[in-house]
Amino acid sequence: MYEIIVVGGGHAGIEAARATSIKGHKTLLITANIKNIADMPCNPHIGGSAKGIVVREIDALGGIMGKVADKTHLQIKMLNKAKGPAVQSLRAQADKTTYPKEMLKELNSLENLTIKEAMVEDLIVENNKVCGVILENGEKIESKIVILTTGTYLKADILVGDTRTRQGPHGEKPSLHLSDKLKDYGFEIIRLKTGTPQRIDRKSIDFSKVKIEPGDDEYLTFSYDLEPQYKIEDQIPCHLTYTTPETHKIIMDNLNKSSMYGALDDIEGIGPRYCPSIEDKVVRFKDKERHQLFIEPESRFYDDMYLQGFSTSMPPEVQEKMVHSLPGFENAKILKYGYAIEYDAIYPTQLHASLETKIIENLYTAGQINGTSGYEEAACQGLMAGINASLKLEGKEPLVLKRNEAYIGVLIDDLITKGIRDPYRLLTSRAEFRLLLRSDNADLRLRNYGYQVGLIDEERIKKLKDKENKIDEITEWSRENKIKITKDIAKVFKENNKSIPTSTMSVESLLKRPEITIEFLEKMIEIPFNKEIKEQLEIKLKYDGYIKKAYKEAEKMLKLEKKKIPTDIDYDKIKNIASEARQKLKEVRPTTIAQAIRISGVNPADISILSVYLKKEYGKND
Amino acid sequence: MNDTICAISTAGGLGAISIVRASGEDAIEIVNKIFKGKDLTNVKTHTINYGHIVDENDNVIDEVLVSVMKSPHTFTTEDVVEINTHGGIAPTNKVLELLLEKGCRLAEPGEFTKRAFLNGRIDLLEAEAVMDMIDAKTDVQRKMAINQIDGKTSGLINELRSDMVQIISNINVNIDYPEYDDVDIITNEILIPKITNLKEKTTKILKESENGKIIKEGIKTSIIGRPNVGKSSLLNALLQEDKAIVTDIAGTTRDIVEGEISINGILLHMIDTAGIRETEDKIESIGVEKSIKTMEDSDLILFMINNNEELTDDIKELLSKLKNKHYLVLINKNDLKSKFNREDLMVDEDKIINLSIINNEGIEELKNKIIELFNIDGIESKDPTYLSNARSISILKKCLKKVEEIEKSLKDNLPIDMIELDIKSIWEELGKINGSTYEEELLDEMFSRFCLGK
Repeated sequence: MYEIIVVGGGHAGIEAARATSIKGHKTLLITANIKNIADMPCNPHIGGSAKGIVVREIDALGGIMGKVADKTHLQIKMLNKAKGPAVQSLRAQADKTTYPKEMLKELNSLENLTIKEAMVEDLIVENNKVCGVILENGEKIESKIVILTTGTYLKADILVGDTRTRQGPHGEKPSLHLSDKLKDYGFEIIRLKTGTPQRIDRKSIDFSKVKIEPGDDEYLTFSYDLEPQYKIEDQIPCHLTYTTPETHKIIMDNLNKSSMYGALDDIEGIGPRYCPSIEDKVVRFKDKERHQLFIEPESRFYDDMYLQGFSTSMPPEVQEKMVHSLPGFENAKILKYGYAIEYDAIYPTQLHASLETKIIENLYTAGQINGTSGYEEAACQGLMAGINASLKLEGKEPLVLKRNEAYIGVLIDDLITKGIRDPYRLLTSRAEFRLLLRSDNADLRLRNYGYQVGLIDEERIKKLKDKENKIDEITEWSRENKIKITKDIAKVFKENNKSIPTSTMSVESLLKRPEITIEFLEKMIEIPFNKEIKEQLEIKLKYDGYIKKAYKEAEKMLKLEKKKIPTDIDYDKIKNIASEARQKLKEVRPTTIAQAIRISGVNPADISILSVYLKKEYGKND
Repeated sequence: MNDTICAISTAGGLGAISIVRASGEDAIEIVNKIFKGKDLTNVKTHTINYGHIVDENDNVIDEVLVSVMKSPHTFTTEDVVEINTHGGIAPTNKVLELLLEKGCRLAEPGEFTKRAFLNGRIDLLEAEAVMDMIDAKTDVQRKMAINQIDGKTSGLINELRSDMVQIISNINVNIDYPEYDDVDIITNEILIPKITNLKEKTTKILKESENGKIIKEGIKTSIIGRPNVGKSSLLNALLQEDKAIVTDIAGTTRDIVEGEISINGILLHMIDTAGIRETEDKIESIGVEKSIKTMEDSDLILFMINNNEELTDDIKELLSKLKNKHYLVLINKNDLKSKFNREDLMVDEDKIINLSIINNEGIEELKNKIIELFNIDGIESKDPTYLSNARSISILKKCLKKVEEIEKSLKDNLPIDMIELDIKSIWEELGKINGSTYEEELLDEMFSRFCLGK
């Protein structure tokens, strides 16, 4: 018998199944089509603002996404390099051929993992506890835990122009009944929508008319354990083009043919605010003369180019006209048309922070089924569901990352506390402690957790300890080593337009000055540490004030996180609480006062009444 | 929280009717016990019922109208009963006493409003406004309190916040969509004028809020001077002008208020004037320490000097401490011979007013000077929408300090995303003034103003 069944072989399912297998639990991964394991049905990149930090967090905890991306990408970039350290984030153009291949190789190497091709249509549930799955053909497979990572495949409909077809991405068969069964078990099911643009034949694009966007010229990796696996000069560039007035006219003239603008009158799904279709953009931003479009290669091995920014649900003949109106695309050949997809998801406030559902015990859900969008958002949930499912089997407390510890913590807390309106995407602005959640310190923040749960080995934890020691050493070193202002030194300051210090200063106090960088100091003094360690020192000193403020804020929150709300609390017994707040509290059932505060619709007055009630009824809360 | 409270809701003994209000689970039942008329426990909600209040021996205390308002559509959202009595301190107090006997608890000051707030009936700003309304003694105050409830104050703060949310969302878009070249990139250069503008607006609101404070709290005024210089006469002269609103009771402040004078709608609280109650014939020192203390507590100091006496050292010392205060030097007894040189006072010429209270000379000039000093005419003609409570003002002051920190960070060329953290924290602080929540607001702003997508 399997201990764990993972349903779905996308980015969430992979991380979940891999984590449980490595942790020694016999795992079955069921996917409709092995060919589509680690599939990227939409954009061909991994990472991006905030998401790149999540990929590093996944790696720090012992997940796989970053490593496979490092091994297979076409180019990699550090975004926001000109801004502060807190908002820098990696993004790689993934190769849609080699990424899934490499991932399948990784999964096949796992001892405890079996992969099976099948369609799951129901669960075996006894006494509100899941005991396995039922396949399309009626076959039952038992397990102790089930993790659903079904992506966009629940009752998926592909929408193009005035046609609606019940199928998943690539024309795959969707799961027809699972979401109805979930509804029968008591889940609130919502319908969401997203879309994808055309794929264009590389050979048919006139690249002389578009702008080139190369990868970075320094070596970068997502993973803390891998050396760069690529050559800078071998990176494949992206390109940039724009819509034209002609494009906008075609769209406006044909608006009623778009699925979303009347061609289909049964659209229920709510699309992501941050990913409007080109129709939406042209309609909503009438004054804009042009919209930017990115041309991204999908693979070294085939010619599809992804046209980011041009997502649409127009019928094919209109899409042809639209694409041909773009500079460089006059003779472009469309290999795949853009489409919108509608699918079912469960409303995420029905989950515990461990991603176990509140309604059925031992059932976990992760990824787009929880209302998120994006490969990275899916992968990190899969990893956490895998970790927590394993911990449950082992009789241990779940690993719940806090908002000040990881973007993963922000994402899951947002989902289970605030619910969603549209498919959820991580954004830097969602993280109130973003200064603490940097790309450069994901290992310092999370590796120890990875070690505790058994996904990070001794060797790697030793490497982390070494890094921590080195950071202490350089801090000490920066205090002890001073720069004496001799004539020569003064000259260096002057030549670089920096104000000359009046007396001998330590490296530490010099680095605290906004205009002094490590790079500049190295003109005068040798700093015997590697780049990574020097970077830590510079961030620590330069943004000291801000970082301290962030820690202080985090402490305030942690204090409220310690104020637990008993799980048996009866909100109907609390008098005077506003009815909207009561309803929200009953729905979310927050576990701490801090979480209760974050629920929209729960006001400070409700919190003070709740606190008073807790103090009165349970005594220990103050 | 659930006990039933009561209090006299109208100002003590002034009006033709007085209202005794009770709120809480047992409000109707308790009032019913002392009411002779319909059975109040059986009347419909929001009805007015005629009858009599009687004591335990069935003696009629007063003929009354009783409003019964049942939960939840009441001010506190609890059951509320209001007893309209025929004014007069004695019967009203008796009604209150009876209610207390039958199981009500005397409400603490502002407790009805507090309950309304805690029960989610009104937000924090409204709660503060209602408190102000209760305290309102002049028309201007009342107008201001109403404005606050109407959300005009919120509008002012929202205006500031909406300026900021535009900056914040733009910077956030720059962070989350770094390669969109059709979104404006916010740089320090773009930010500097915006921050300057923010500073100016904040400063302006703060300045107007100081006026708001004057409207709400009045001007604490002290008369300083040696015994016998004519302090009492001045006070009486001022009070006589406006007898209608003079009260003798202890004021709302901790100070002993000798009386209140309204000048163009602004209240002057005449606070404990050092030595003013001392017997007039007792010639002794001015009491320097006590005077300094009083001066520190005052918004306005009327410093009285006897024209017919030489300047003593203690007077000179006190005069030297006036500098950072609003003050006027009143030289009384101008009908008598001057015994000192005006220049020895070392104060501005336009702060000196010559009085002869005995001949009723200079009182009008004094009033005009006060109007000028506090720009009272200016306050009156404006729409008084500014923040008038200490909490809001202190939040705004905190914000102003942060704005100044931002200016420094901009000068130091710190990355824009660091500066955004400061701007966001100001925006959140401002949200506290009217209790706005912000997260969704920011995301909406980002996605409605900027064109992004895949």
